[in-house]
Amino acid sequence: MMLAGWGRYPALDCRLERLRRREDLSGLLHRSTTLIARGNGRSYGDAALNPELTLSMRAMDRMRAFDAVTGRLDCEAGVLLADLLETFVPRGWFPPVVPGTRLVTVGGMIAADVHGKNHHRDGTFGAHVESLTLAGADGAIRECSREENADLFRATLGGMGLTGVILSARFRLRPVETAFVMAETRAARDLDETMALFEASRDWPHSVAWIDCLARGAGLGRAVMTRGAFMERGALPPGLASNPLRPAPAGKLRVPADAPSALLNRVSIGLFNALCYRRGRRRARAGARPIHFDRFFFPLDRIEAWNRLYGRRGFVQYQCVLPKGDSAAGVAALLERAAASGQGSFLGVLKLFGPAGEGLMSFPMEGYTLALDFPVRSGAAALLDGLDEITHRHGGRVYLAKDARCAPERLREGYPRLGAFEAVRDEAVGAPPRFASELSRRLAL
Amino acid sequence: MNGGIETALVIGATSDIGRAIAHALAEDGCVLQLAARDPARLERETRDLRVRTRGAVTAHRCDVLDEDGGVSLLDTLDPLPDVAVCVVGRLGDQAKSQRDGAAAERVMRTNYVGPALLMGALAERFERRGGGVLVGISSVAGERGRASNYVYGSAKAGFTAFLSGLRGRLAASGAHVVTVKPGFVRTRMTDGMDLPARLTATPEEVAAAVVAAIHRPRDVIYVRRVWRPIMFVLRAVPERVFKRMSRL
Repeated sequence: MMLAGWGRYPALDCRLERLRRREDLSGLLHRSTTLIARGNGRSYGDAALNPELTLSMRAMDRMRAFDAVTGRLDCEAGVLLADLLETFVPRGWFPPVVPGTRLVTVGGMIAADVHGKNHHRDGTFGAHVESLTLAGADGAIRECSREENADLFRATLGGMGLTGVILSARFRLRPVETAFVMAETRAARDLDETMALFEASRDWPHSVAWIDCLARGAGLGRAVMTRGAFMERGALPPGLASNPLRPAPAGKLRVPADAPSALLNRVSIGLFNALCYRRGRRRARAGARPIHFDRFFFPLDRIEAWNRLYGRRGFVQYQCVLPKGDSAAGVAALLERAAASGQGSFLGVLKLFGPAGEGLMSFPMEGYTLALDFPVRSGAAALLDGLDEITHRHGGRVYLAKDARCAPERLREGYPRLGAFEAVRDEAVGAPPRFASELSRRLAL
Repeated sequence: MNGGIETALVIGATSDIGRAIAHALAEDGCVLQLAARDPARLERETRDLRVRTRGAVTAHRCDVLDEDGGVSLLDTLDPLPDVAVCVVGRLGDQAKSQRDGAAAERVMRTNYVGPALLMGALAERFERRGGGVLVGISSVAGERGRASNYVYGSAKAGFTAFLSGLRGRLAASGAHVVTVKPGFVRTRMTDGMDLPARLTATPEEVAAAVVAAIHRPRDVIYVRRVWRPIMFVLRAVPERVFKRMSRL
């Protein structure tokens, strides 16, 4: 059947099978030369596509054990983050790291070693994984942790499913007193101000900035930053105090059909970005206010199928990170280039990362990460190659969970530990690698 | 609260529908007794339910293909449940059942003999106690025998008739019997089949319908309403005509 990632580009005809229990895996391994595990299909590009065999992990969604004293959870890899939140927030527990959507699986969060708005303080999701079980090419199941199969563990964090099939994981949830975040909005008039704001916000557990990717000249890099911290029970206003751990408010919008691509043009996107900026300035004047974690962390989940906004042909999200010293010049050059192309996106996101973690192929490193969406249309490929050029020149790299088109040599330059990764993977999996995706084929991984 | 229903037994709890029903009942506040054939799979579901609901869950081995039809399960239940749901079933392979008597017998025993004996044994105890709800998951395939799956269908027809009779017998005792004919359901049993979306329910829909039918006792339910008129028409078609369309 035709399968794609969240960006809906590329779409490939893949044989899709569901793994229902771990005992069935060796049979599936026998019936195919290569395969890739797929969680909930929220990586944007071609990471979870393999025409030969794409293995859906969504039916592997059992929770195995929870320790209500330490918060340690043991669950299968197909458990959705949304499911975790629904189960544990009412009991006062929250995952240590959450990405921008709750519609991802635990296995997907590990394979992409996802980050959240708290990366500068808490690192990636993988940093909180205590151990995981991984099925290898021989069907044997290995326990991997910092003590046992440590190299394989480090290769699997951010390893995009290429080291084997992640079957389950153990990690600790954190206690929260309420489901609300005290959030504050700040507007910055240009890139210098935006970056200064990030520096000044280091003590906030969560921070992220929406950036106006069409502003040029003096306003280049103008942004609206949101920062926040989970609230304690005593700090809640009376209206919320009666049910401090309440679930997410209902109500959802849905994009009913593919937007006609003519809708996305310089005028409409410029208007959208300008409106966002003005709304942000208004909010900044209003001061800090409590918002439910669901809106704070997952604002786009409220718009079901928002990927249709970019039209039938899909879109590509370009996300890169630049080392801190080069960030100011690099981000400016990237924004300049994107704005000049006129292909700007609804969503430009900037965030300051903390130091890189242990995952050999993990994306984050200390510096700024920028994410921009571009609809797939003529001219996009050249623009994206141009952005790659800039990222490369400033010593940065792109995020594989978003990527659909990067060139192999660019990848090698960006990920210095790639050689170590391949060595560990080859030793564990053998050659030729059994766990392969369209992404690994395209990037010659 | 859930109207005095405290303990619920789900037989066939490792099937997709069984799992969904167990979750819905747990959410409803029931203490759960899960019964299934394979101990490892049962353990997996039991642990999952315990973590998610923090509720009490016990696991019970039960195989309707055993000598006694799995009825010894009843001796392991403490207390006797207020609600018992039987989800046991197996579609089998019609072509194989036609050729191979043993295969056909397995389908018949799994869909009719076993579930009927279990429901009958539970009914004895419910009647003695003077209350309880028995829920049997039967099938629209039991309404008429179709060439494409009549071995399965005939067994379900038997089960439907058994439940119907049981309902009449228990009517005076305070115990109640619900027959569920879910229509198509998106499960492991139907994996890979091309099912019409409007007629196909999710296991969660089946579970919600079962819980609703327990609270406001109903006799026979289809999960998706569209099935009622469809089956009404299908039952009315003369055999002479049905014979020609029954390969569908």
